[in-house]
Amino acid sequence: MNLTNEIIQQKLTEKFGDQLYDFSEPYGMLTFKAPKDLNLKVLQFLYDDETLRFRFLTDLQAVHYPNSKGNELAVVYHLHNLVDNVRIRFKVFTDIAKPDVFSATALYRSANWMERETYDFFGVNFIGHPNLIRILNVEEMDYFPLRKEYPLEDMTRVDKDDEMFGR
Amino acid sequence: MARPVQYNTTVKFEGIPEGYMGEGFMATNLEKVVSMARKNSLWPLPFATSCCGIEFMATMASHYDIARFGAERVGFSPRQCDLLMVIGTIAKKMAPVLRQVYLQMAEPRWVLAVGACASSGGIFDTYSVLQGVDQVIPVDVYVPGCPPRPEAILDGFMKIQELVNAEGLRRRHSDRYKELLAGYGIQ
Repeated sequence: MNLTNEIIQQKLTEKFGDQLYDFSEPYGMLTFKAPKDLNLKVLQFLYDDETLRFRFLTDLQAVHYPNSKGNELAVVYHLHNLVDNVRIRFKVFTDIAKPDVFSATALYRSANWMERETYDFFGVNFIGHPNLIRILNVEEMDYFPLRKEYPLEDMTRVDKDDEMFGR
Repeated sequence: MARPVQYNTTVKFEGIPEGYMGEGFMATNLEKVVSMARKNSLWPLPFATSCCGIEFMATMASHYDIARFGAERVGFSPRQCDLLMVIGTIAKKMAPVLRQVYLQMAEPRWVLAVGACASSGGIFDTYSVLQGVDQVIPVDVYVPGCPPRPEAILDGFMKIQELVNAEGLRRRHSDRYKELLAGYGIQ
């Protein structure tokens, strides 16, 4: 029997009830949202369940939605069932003023690198991460560059004005 | 059969310094001789990080042949080299490495910034890219272009040669030079 999106959704609903919401299938990939306190429980369930077996964390990243107040930062998990070759994705949302999310490093070793990267660029504070420091940017950086809170170009700069290039 | 080289009458002897010449001897300034020697045997250290580096590879290869200018010997050890060629985008995280390479070079040392990125950050007007290597080390010659053609790199190299030739032996001991280095926090 193939593991279909319907079965996955049914299993998740049996376990978590209506705490998981917004199920959809963009391009055939099951996607849903979860409260941020449940993220480890959902991951653990998806990992342990004998039919689901999502034991590979393909990707983990954040998205900044500056207009949704109180839920500005989304942390997105991409999971892969290598046996049945099925992928799913789910998001948890957190307040940018207190961006605390539980770390998945204990469950997936690959989360270590990706959570550091997500911290580096979005400032998501992964609770329980063994070494949450910057990984790609310079250590002295005191901001999170991929948050949508900066103008694309610094209007006050003069060193790249046209007149500097004789135009 | 006559060797074709006898018809090669366009060979140019360059840079014989002024001096008093007689049969079998020549008297001139030591400074001029040293400048001439330095100018024609610069050892470049290519710090090539991106697409400009590809142009530099063409510059080194037979068609453009930077060896014609005495830069045959491309060294990859900063301790042996005279000319640091910064060729390509320098990320902010790379800046301390570049500075370290510069500090490891022995005096006299020159720096050539090749391309828009090394000169000014180029199109990468962003949080992760150094906006010109002159923010961390002093630069002698800037080569514009994105990327510059090999001719432009050669032109920049010849500008460096002019600087080397014109530079006195004592310039590196001058207060002005020390001030410049102090401006970058070196020594």
